[in-house]
Amino acid sequence: MADRRQAKSPYTEDRLIPGAFEGETVTRRRFMVGSVHAAGVAAAAAFTLPALGFALGPIFHRGRISWQDVGPLSDFPDTTYVPRVLTLTPDIGEVGKTTVYIRKHNPSIDGKPKDQYDNYVAISTKCMHLGCPVRYIEASQRFVCPCHGGVYDFQGKRAGGPPVRPLDRFYTRSANGRLEIGPRFSVNSELRRFSPRDPGQPLDGIGQYLYPRRFDTTNKPPGAKS
Amino acid sequence: MPKLPAPPIPAALKPKPKRPGEGNGKTKPHEVAAEAGIHAVDWVDERTSLSGGLRWLMFRKVPKGTNWFYTLGSATLFAFLAQAVTGVFLAMYYDPSAIHAYESARYITNEVFLGQFVRGMHKWGATVMMILIFLHMGRTFFFGAYKYPRELNWVIGVVLLVLTMVMALTGYLLPFDQRSYWATIVADNINGTGPLVGPYLADFLRAGPEFGATTLSRFYAIHMLLVPGALIALIGAHLYLVAKLGTTAPPWLKVEPPEELRKAEV
Repeated sequence: MADRRQAKSPYTEDRLIPGAFEGETVTRRRFMVGSVHAAGVAAAAAFTLPALGFALGPIFHRGRISWQDVGPLSDFPDTTYVPRVLTLTPDIGEVGKTTVYIRKHNPSIDGKPKDQYDNYVAISTKCMHLGCPVRYIEASQRFVCPCHGGVYDFQGKRAGGPPVRPLDRFYTRSANGRLEIGPRFSVNSELRRFSPRDPGQPLDGIGQYLYPRRFDTTNKPPGAKS
Repeated sequence: MPKLPAPPIPAALKPKPKRPGEGNGKTKPHEVAAEAGIHAVDWVDERTSLSGGLRWLMFRKVPKGTNWFYTLGSATLFAFLAQAVTGVFLAMYYDPSAIHAYESARYITNEVFLGQFVRGMHKWGATVMMILIFLHMGRTFFFGAYKYPRELNWVIGVVLLVLTMVMALTGYLLPFDQRSYWATIVADNINGTGPLVGPYLADFLRAGPEFGATTLSRFYAIHMLLVPGALIALIGAHLYLVAKLGTTAPPWLKVEPPEELRKAEV
C-alpha cells in the first residue's frame, strides 16, 4: 500500500518549522525522542553493566600464590607416593581441601629435573576426565578414578579410560629441610607445563588452542616457565 | 454509569431468573452476601475489564477428539507450581553457605515439622516435572501440534525445557552432600570442555578457578532467582499462545467439510 501522505522534505526549513536553520534535518521532536531513548539506555546500562561485571568478575580473578608446608623432605621416597591434604580455598571447611600425592623426583623414571620446582613430584587427585578424585593404588602403581574408569600410570600419564591428558601437578620447593607445595599446573602427554586448565581439556595438538589459558597469569611461581 | 453488554458465557454460569414465589418478602442473608460479592467483582471489573480476558482465556473452543493426552501441559504447569511453592518454603530454612548448607538441609529433613515431606516433594517433584515435560513434548510432536502456526510455541517450549534442566542442575548442588558436590564438579567440567568459551564458562559457574566459597551461593541465586523469573515469563508467553492459537485436533480425526460443501459434492 502506497503512502498517501505527501513526502515530507527532510529539511526543517522546507517544512516551515519556526526557527529552522539552513540544512537542518533534526526536528525538536526527533531530538527529544532520541535523547529520551539515549537516557533510557544509559539508565539501564548503569545497573546492568556493573551487575554483569560483578557476576563475570571471577573469570578475571588473579589468584595469589601460596606455598603450603607438607612435612620434612625425608617423608617422601622416590618409589611410591605419600598422600597429603592441601587447602585450596580457605575458610569453607572440607570443601576447600584436596588430597595431593607426593614423591621425590626419580631420575630413572623422570629424567633430569626441569628446574628447582621439579625436585619433588606432587600429583593432583583431580581426574582429567571430568574432575572426580583419583586414588593411587600401590599394588598396580596406578592412579584410578572411581567415576568413569580413568587410569594413569606411575608418572600420572594416561594409561586407559576417558581422560584427555596426564594428571595435573603442583610446583614444589624445599625450604629449611621441609617440602612446600605451590600452585597447580597442567601438563600435556609429554609432561610439558601449561598454566592450570580444567579437566576434560586436552593440551596436545589443537587442544592447547581450543582451550585457551585463563586471563589471570600470576598463578605460577616467579621464574617458572608457562 | 451504563453497563457494557456482557460477552456470551456458558449457560450454567448465567444468572437465573427467580422462580415463582421466590423473592417475595424479606431478602435472606445469603442473598445479601451474594449481592455484595457480585458488587465487589463488578467494581473491579468496571475498572479493569478483566472479565473479558478471563472469558477469552477460560471458555475457549476445543476441537473434537480432545483427550487425556491434552492434560500433560497443565500437569507440567502444576508440577512447576508445586516446585515453586515447596521451594519457597525450603528457602526459609536453607542456608547457602559452604559450611552450613549440608547442616541446614539435614535440619530440614530431620527436625522441621513436615520438613522431610516438603523436601521430598521438591526432590521427587523435579523428576516428575522432567518426565511430564518430555511426555508433553512427545504428545506435541506425535500429534503434529508443533506445525504452523504453532512453531513459535514449540520454540518457547524448548527454551522452557532447557531452563528446567538448568534448574535441575543448579538444584542438584544445594543439598551439598558428597553426591551433589561431585556431580556438580563433573557438570562444571563438562561445561569446561566446550571449545574456546568452555574454560571461561566453567570459571563463571564456579566463580573462580577452583570450587570456592561463593560457588554454592551462585548456584543458589541462579536456582531461585534468575531462572524461575525467566521460567514464569516464558510460561506466560507459552500459555498466551495456546489460548490465542487454540489446540489442535488429534491427527486421527478426519476433517468434516461444512454443510453447504457436502451438499454440493452430492
